Amino acid sequence: MSQQYPALLVIVPLLSALAVAVAGWVNRKWCFPLAAAALAVAAWSSVGLLFRVLHEGVVIYQLGGWPPPVGIAYYVDHLNGLVLPLVSIVALLNIMASKKSVEQEFPDKICAFYTLYLLMVTGLLGIVVTGDAFNLYVLLEIAALTGYGLLAIGEKRSQLATLHYLYMGTIGACFYLLGVGYLYIVTGSLNMVDIAEILPDLYHSKAVIASFIICMVGVWLKMAFFPLHAWLPNAYTYAPSASSSLIAPLVTKVMVYVMIRLILTVFTPKFAFAAIVLSDAVVWLAVIAVVMGAILALAERDLKKMSAYIIVTEVGYMVGGAWLGNRIGMTGAILHIVNDALMTLCIFLVVGNIVYKVKGYAFDDLPGLFRKMPFTMGAFVIGAMSIIGVPPTCGFFSKWYLIAGAISAGRYDFMAALLFSSLISVVLFFRVFEISYYEPFGDSHGHDDRSGGIDEAPVTMVVPLLMVAAILILLGLYTDYIVNHIVQFAIPEALV
Amino acid sequence: METIETITSIKPLLAVLASLLLVPILLSSKGPNIRESWTFVAAGAKFLIVLSMLPAVLEGAEIVFTIAEVVPGVAIKLKVDAFGMLFALVSSSLWIVTSAYSIGYMRGLQEHSQTRYFCFFALALSATVGVAFSANLLTLYLFYEMLSFATYPLVTHHQDREARSSGRKYLLYIVGTSIGLVLPAMLISYNLAGTLDFSHQGFLAGTGSKTLIGLLCFMFIFGFAKAGIMPFHSWLPAAMVAPTPVSALLHAVAVVKVGVFSVVRVLTGVFGTDLLLSFDLWMPVIYIASFTILVGSFIALSQDNLKRLLAFSTIAQLSYIVLGVGLLSPKGLTGGIVHIAMHAFGKITLFFCAGAIFVATGKKNISEMVGIGRRMPVTLAAFFVASLSIIGMPPCGGFLSKWYLALGSLEAHQMPILLVLLTSSLLNAAYFMPFVYKAFFCVPKDAMFENTVREAPAFCLVPLVTTALISVILFFYPQPFLRLASIMVQRITGG
Repeated sequence: MSQQYPALLVIVPLLSALAVAVAGWVNRKWCFPLAAAALAVAAWSSVGLLFRVLHEGVVIYQLGGWPPPVGIAYYVDHLNGLVLPLVSIVALLNIMASKKSVEQEFPDKICAFYTLYLLMVTGLLGIVVTGDAFNLYVLLEIAALTGYGLLAIGEKRSQLATLHYLYMGTIGACFYLLGVGYLYIVTGSLNMVDIAEILPDLYHSKAVIASFIICMVGVWLKMAFFPLHAWLPNAYTYAPSASSSLIAPLVTKVMVYVMIRLILTVFTPKFAFAAIVLSDAVVWLAVIAVVMGAILALAERDLKKMSAYIIVTEVGYMVGGAWLGNRIGMTGAILHIVNDALMTLCIFLVVGNIVYKVKGYAFDDLPGLFRKMPFTMGAFVIGAMSIIGVPPTCGFFSKWYLIAGAISAGRYDFMAALLFSSLISVVLFFRVFEISYYEPFGDSHGHDDRSGGIDEAPVTMVVPLLMVAAILILLGLYTDYIVNHIVQFAIPEALV
Repeated sequence: METIETITSIKPLLAVLASLLLVPILLSSKGPNIRESWTFVAAGAKFLIVLSMLPAVLEGAEIVFTIAEVVPGVAIKLKVDAFGMLFALVSSSLWIVTSAYSIGYMRGLQEHSQTRYFCFFALALSATVGVAFSANLLTLYLFYEMLSFATYPLVTHHQDREARSSGRKYLLYIVGTSIGLVLPAMLISYNLAGTLDFSHQGFLAGTGSKTLIGLLCFMFIFGFAKAGIMPFHSWLPAAMVAPTPVSALLHAVAVVKVGVFSVVRVLTGVFGTDLLLSFDLWMPVIYIASFTILVGSFIALSQDNLKRLLAFSTIAQLSYIVLGVGLLSPKGLTGGIVHIAMHAFGKITLFFCAGAIFVATGKKNISEMVGIGRRMPVTLAAFFVASLSIIGMPPCGGFLSKWYLALGSLEAHQMPILLVLLTSSLLNAAYFMPFVYKAFFCVPKDAMFENTVREAPAFCLVPLVTTALISVILFFYPQPFLRLASIMVQRITGG
């Protein structure tokens, strides 16, 4: 069975999506258990796969037994061995936490939601596990289209926002396809490892350079790297809570994974950092992304949009870290994929809880929340600490590596941008804390009548949230383990 | 060089955790008396654990415990040496006293959200002992930040608009400097040296140019804004909106002492006295400290609100400690380090008195306290004794630390510093003595209170009398603080 893990983690959610759609016709109550079970199997397989990679090294799985370059091969090394469990566990935690939210917001579309959910997770897992460049595009489109569906179920404005996302996302995916097309023309192969072996002789070919840049731009568009981010805030804000807490933590991070995969495996660091001279410019763009994300977040008066702009900042961290061109920076970027997915999940689950109880997510809806929803707000504090970068939460340690990488590469502007965004995050989150802690204002000296007790979200929404908050701290303490045992091997030795 | 015996024990971790574990107990306590009893149990446990490590440290050993290695070459690690032991003893013993005082104060005023108050107090004490026992810069940073965020709900306890704006100022100064200055300085140091472990001779020697090391020095000194070094001192008077027990422990003893402890720790453990001497970095340290001492004392003169006056007095007194380190001479270092203890006991008494006056009479300003000595003789007597300690007069402990500082400045051939010390003592007298005089001796028609004695509640009185007495006892028997300071100074100066 463990031999089949790579296939299981894609096939099971895929087939379950079909099963959920059918089961939903019969009885709506079967949708959730089926979906949760499928995701549990996927999570189990991905964790098992990670252990296999830690013991055996790279795992290659040929779909149908057909060898590349004709067949599609799944290629699992330490890099995606780390990201796969991340995606499946986040999806699993989210589906458990969002059950009540789904029932509250669109009870008539439950089975359609879970079908799309499973297909989306299939797409994301497929993107991460595959070793074939075109297969990646196919799954990218699966994830994108189902994503659009999931996001558009929300309030009125969600449909227009999703339409904008659709336009830009499709352009991004097409750019990626174009880039892969050039690679195919030049190398005759679609398998990533194969391409990597053929390319070194062709480093100075204009087609290869063009392919790299076009792929990058496509991926940057899909990960909302400033200034290609414009689709993200609206699309994530107006979506229903259950969708945004799946998509916000995962989609942009998976795209960062794709970028790093292209840099490290397909084109290799020798090309990306030595043969062409892009890294200085890209780190500059990342500095701007980080700063602008922070400033745009400051301007927002609602929690969800603020969190969406924070995602833009975090993407800036990862792109900048990866493009610093040194091992420490790349370590920081890869570590941040994991850390940021979990931090974002924490924040969006909090927002989901707040929306469930208060029916709104603007700052005006927040007064008195620390008293009414202490567990949710407690987890929010931990998530906020992680985004600000306070030890021992995991966010501090990925920032550590990113700043250390910046110092090592002499990019003090990137370091300054990172520190600046930390300080802005303090303001962003303490603004929220202030409103939920101080208001409503009573008489002076605070001795007013503090009526009303605790009115928390349901247990099924709070427990996964608290688990995520605990993971944020645990991951921080285990940073060294993760870096030394997994991330170290994900980065080729060529990168110093 | 002597080899230092290192003992590995879980005790430092237990000392830190003693109050952390209190929090769930407090949250589930049914009834304020049970809650308060548990606070005493935890405070007592913490103090005893710290005390149990004292004999080993007095013999020259150091106790270590590694929690987790988190970054290559750097672990979250605890180490109990003489300096950390001194600070931990001061803060854990004063927590017991402050908890007693808190009961009197909070119940006397019928404050709201007392459970939250005691919980965050416990967290703050965990962080304080964590800073005291930090073995390296990363662990210190971790607990320093934990302290900043744990004290925020305490400072803003009253949850009104004034609390909100003071809270913002608090965060701006304290978190702004720690993320903006300490974090990059820490990472640059790590980049230069590959380690962050505090060593008795510092670890930055020979790793960077004079400009870079000098820049790092400034970043650290101003980055630890909790030390109240000007110009990053304004948060302290603003934080006086907090309930007085918070002001007392945190701002006279724990938070500000953490700041100044961190500055001393970094100057001696990261840079080292040799590096400071060879790069002439002791000069800016002395100037910055002297400036803060003098200006702080002057501003205190003009204050009418008693707590604000005490805040500025604290700002000035803290820089004595930094000054002691800047002198780089054994006596100066000893004076600075031992002042941490002496000032703590003196200042906390003063704050306790201010709070007691507020509980008993509702008065906050000195101008409204004429003749109060007749109504609250015990409180004002304690205030008098404590102010003697702060001014630096015998028979109070503060005299000892000032004596060492004065000798230290002579040892280092810094006559101007001697002048600074004398001037500030005079200024201290100038803002304390008139108040005490007018409290006891005044023309009957100016007296604002009746002649009957109506003191603050017992829970307030006993702590302040205790700490005042300790201030006096420390003059005659300054152990173990003086011995701990001497051990530390010996290690630092490589004796």
